Amino acid sequence: MTDKTSESGGEFEREPVSEGALLGQSKFWGMYAGEHAAGTEFMIGPLFLAAGASLQDLIFGLLLGNILAVLTWRFLVAPIAIAKRMTLYYQLERIAGGALVKLYNFINGVLFCFLAGAMITVSASAVGIPFGINYAVPEATFGLGAPSFTGLVVLVGIVIAIIAAAGYSTVARFANIAAPWMIGIFAACGIVSLTQMGATDWPTISEGKWWTDAIDFVQSKEGEQKFGFWQIVVFAWLCNGAMHFGMADLSIFRFAKSANAGWAPAIGMFLGHYMAWIAAALLLAAQIKLSQDHSANPGALAWGALGWTGILCVVIAGWTTANPTIYRAGLAFQAMIPKSSRTVMTLIAGALATAAGAFPNLSAQLLGFVGTYGTVLGPMGAVIFVDFWLMKKFGLENEYSNKTNQSISIPVLVAWLLPVSVGLYLIFVQGIFAAYAVIPCWIACGVIYLILSKMTQKRLETEGAV
Amino acid sequence: MGATAKMVSAIALVVTIVPSLLVFLGALGIEPMKWIALVGTIAWFIATPMWMGRDKAS
Repeated sequence: MTDKTSESGGEFEREPVSEGALLGQSKFWGMYAGEHAAGTEFMIGPLFLAAGASLQDLIFGLLLGNILAVLTWRFLVAPIAIAKRMTLYYQLERIAGGALVKLYNFINGVLFCFLAGAMITVSASAVGIPFGINYAVPEATFGLGAPSFTGLVVLVGIVIAIIAAAGYSTVARFANIAAPWMIGIFAACGIVSLTQMGATDWPTISEGKWWTDAIDFVQSKEGEQKFGFWQIVVFAWLCNGAMHFGMADLSIFRFAKSANAGWAPAIGMFLGHYMAWIAAALLLAAQIKLSQDHSANPGALAWGALGWTGILCVVIAGWTTANPTIYRAGLAFQAMIPKSSRTVMTLIAGALATAAGAFPNLSAQLLGFVGTYGTVLGPMGAVIFVDFWLMKKFGLENEYSNKTNQSISIPVLVAWLLPVSVGLYLIFVQGIFAAYAVIPCWIACGVIYLILSKMTQKRLETEGAV
Repeated sequence: MGATAKMVSAIALVVTIVPSLLVFLGALGIEPMKWIALVGTIAWFIATPMWMGRDKAS
């Protein structure tokens, strides 16, 4: 055994990370810079334009939302990750029991695969541009694109899966190398787009007519929509809800030397979810100005501004997001079958992601998916939060299932499924904005878990005494 | 070797990004900018793996 690997030869999937395997701050900054300056930013940015957000609301709403997201990572996730140094899945197993975590892992892994699938679609849309392979969204959710596009998705998916299967270090190194260049390209896209719209002096830029003209054009085609300040704030805060509120990034920060690594997502938020979103919105505004085309094809948008360099940026940005997502999905699947190889599980996750990526309509529904994904996975983070911070304060045992050899914790099961069911009802039946459901579900889950634990743990202790 | 590669990376990044600013300032056309940015990009991905993320002991 070396310092860098666990006793099982893996990456500490079922034991705390050892002192010698801890990583320096730069690894995390590079990782987050690459992961959140991603191919999907090319899809999300234009949403704000299409939805009618004012430039002022966008600038200040994204600022506030991203600050809240960074604070959530730093003060909610990092302290627990440093104290426990375990993957989300292993930690949850000790709290909720092996059988329940298998269900959670399955759902988690599948959702991660769908997310990674969207990245693969985005990358393939860019790879196809020079070869004339068209990215078109069919009407059916599970409708395939052109055969040539499907073939391209498979090729891109294979490459991404192999890189992810090589392990965290490889993923981090790839993201590190690409990140500075990619961030520069996003900035260049925004600058060139302003030029293409003739907004090259301060009076024209500050007047913002180039922005309102583009909004008017989209809304004349798609109908009027509104996307206000608080909706922007909540979206920016919670679009990664599964990663911070849901504690998925415990699996990343367990390698950190100190909780200050929890500031690292700031680079991803302010360059990726701030500058890159605005730059991507500018790309669409410029495309509308130049060709009266409001279709948000990531590859075509980048090609219009920067040519081959733009294409490479979309492909690599897609990869650097899909890689850690598939890596996380591989960990989720591996936790279902503890003796399985992480490499094999990551390749399976890559195959699932590739299959999802073959259906272009899934990536077109990415925005709703991101909120739903946070609503489903986020509440389990509340279970970990309550177990770590509150159980002992309320006179209860933490990691209760581990101590009692329970295979399923009823308090966790009920605390998770009850609020999530209500949240999904509100999203899919009542039609609320999906990101609005994340925090209410998280709080409800934590409170229910605490109350039910108080009730059931007492009963178990009484039975034990008898 | 590492220092040279770092310098090439820095120059490559400048060559990739600065042309877009020159376009903004009206000092360069969009088409030449695209080709210059591509040269900078290729240089970045050749030079940067030579130093970034390498184990310092090796």
